[in-house]
Amino acid sequence: MIRYTLTRLALLLLGLIVASVLIFLTLRVLPGDIAQLIAGVNSSPGQAAAIRERLGLDRPLPLQYLDWIGGVLRGDLGRSLLTGSSVTGQLAEKAQVTVPLGLMSLTIAVLFSVPLGVLSAMRRGRADGTAMSVGAQTLAAVPVVWAGMMLVVVFAVWLGWLPAQGFPRAGWQDPGAAFRALLLPALTIGIVEGAMLLRFVRSATLQAVGQDYVRTAAAKGLTRDRALIRHGLPVVGLSVITVLGLQVAGIIVGAVVIEQLFSLPGIGRMLVDDVSARDLPKVQGELLALTGFVLIVGFLVDLVHRVIDPRQREAT
Amino acid sequence: MSDPSTGSGTTTGSATDAVARRSRWRWLRRLWQLSTGRFGIIVVLVVLATAVTAGLWTPFDPQQVEISNRWAAPGWPHLLGTDGSGRDILSLIMAGARTTVFVAIGAGVVATVIGIALAALGALTARWMRESVAVFVDILIAFPVLIIAMMISAVWGGSLAVVIWSVGIGFGVNIARVTRPELRRVLHSDFVLAGRASGLTPLQNLMRHLLPNVAPVFIVQLSWAMAVAVLAEAGLSYLGFGAPVTEPSWGLLLAELQQYITIHPLSVVWPGLAITITVLGLNLLGDALRDATDPTLSRGRDRLHPPRGAIRHVPEVVA
Repeated sequence: MIRYTLTRLALLLLGLIVASVLIFLTLRVLPGDIAQLIAGVNSSPGQAAAIRERLGLDRPLPLQYLDWIGGVLRGDLGRSLLTGSSVTGQLAEKAQVTVPLGLMSLTIAVLFSVPLGVLSAMRRGRADGTAMSVGAQTLAAVPVVWAGMMLVVVFAVWLGWLPAQGFPRAGWQDPGAAFRALLLPALTIGIVEGAMLLRFVRSATLQAVGQDYVRTAAAKGLTRDRALIRHGLPVVGLSVITVLGLQVAGIIVGAVVIEQLFSLPGIGRMLVDDVSARDLPKVQGELLALTGFVLIVGFLVDLVHRVIDPRQREAT
Repeated sequence: MSDPSTGSGTTTGSATDAVARRSRWRWLRRLWQLSTGRFGIIVVLVVLATAVTAGLWTPFDPQQVEISNRWAAPGWPHLLGTDGSGRDILSLIMAGARTTVFVAIGAGVVATVIGIALAALGALTARWMRESVAVFVDILIAFPVLIIAMMISAVWGGSLAVVIWSVGIGFGVNIARVTRPELRRVLHSDFVLAGRASGLTPLQNLMRHLLPNVAPVFIVQLSWAMAVAVLAEAGLSYLGFGAPVTEPSWGLLLAELQQYITIHPLSVVWPGLAITITVLGLNLLGDALRDATDPTLSRGRDRLHPPRGAIRHVPEVVA
């Protein structure tokens, strides 16, 4: 276990380094002279030089990289080019919208996909099982934006139950309104992500049906469904955990689009705005934070899976 | 493909050829026999036909603004109605199919080149190289396509090329990860050894024996990559990083219609349906290709025992 943890940790560190180098190279080196880009075509050479000095662009590249990473390790992801505000501070502020949104989406996705996925596998070959499977297949093909629009049409325009857009100015000081504002966006991401998860749960359950221990239990007198539920489901649960890392990446991506659609002041919308405004240093910090988060979640998921799966524990 | 360099083995070669040809046809027949495969093929053909038709003819000029005819209800002559500037929605969707096909094919080509190059590097080179490529691929896979797209857009601004490159890179890595172990497996098979023994250079061997044998795995991935490309085009164009506003695009149409969603909720249905059906078709085509090309899979058995690797690697949602 310790050996596995250390190897996996090394892989995580390597991943973080590769990710940071790629982001640095793309956003800092590829654009050529960022300073000139920022200053504009009509600027005097002095203006560009001043910007270059302010951003430390006159220093050798490896030093610039180390400067940046040194700051990141101290929790400083850099500063916005346009407003000068701290990226870390901005991320923390916007996380108040995106983190609850992500958690709600994940909860909705798991709550609806796991039972339905198992059920659709158990009812395979029958009309309802097939319908569930076809439904999941179709939902997984729906673009998140459009799913959101359709939900807005039904729940906000026709039924008028939930707000179509926006987030209360008071934020979480008005918990009821904040929660209601996040419900439709979370439902959108949850349904589309859940449809993918459902298909995964279904195949994992079908695979469990064929396993020897399920067949043995059935042979010893349990009905096939009971054998599956008692002995197959724990294994299905474990395999669901392995895809949670991917789900988290999917939810982040979903949040970028959905925060735009519902005009929520979250991290995704900030990223879209900053990319549009070409605020490269800020985008650099944000992308590192997001990819770092995805990599760390992947690491934790692998560790948890290792700890709770008895088959894997024995292997070490 | 007969192998000229093995002169004495011509008879065996042509016999194998015949078998290979027959199995190639059976593969297509099996694809058509699967209902998912049939649906996928039909959808892909319809989208392709629409794109080609739209290049020559659309019911109306998709960009023709006619303010007097805003928000016409679906009917004649505007079958799906008109948008907020009186443009014919059906014509816009038909023209958008061209953009979609362009992006899907472009992303497919980029993903193929990157995927095969990385897989070959990761399977056929010296050990240290192989393993570093494998680790590199494992790391890159954590980058969602949308993040890659944002990174490229921040530097060069949005365009359809951004969509093509980001999906191509993002899914190329996926293809590499799936194709690499297949290449390794095939590498140790007799015909590859025979090819090497008969004096083929590694590159000839790769083209003649290795790639054709990993093609099934690879084509399945390609089909899914194109589905992701269609979603990515819609999502990125919606966000303003994809198609330029002058270009007809399903994602742009969604963004435009969204502004009037409270007044004209139904018009937003059409572009979304177009995207969903196209993506569903490509996804199902991929699933069916997987089932039809997997030689270890006999029909009827697969429902209870999905073959190894049947659990599809769940791709990140992009749009």
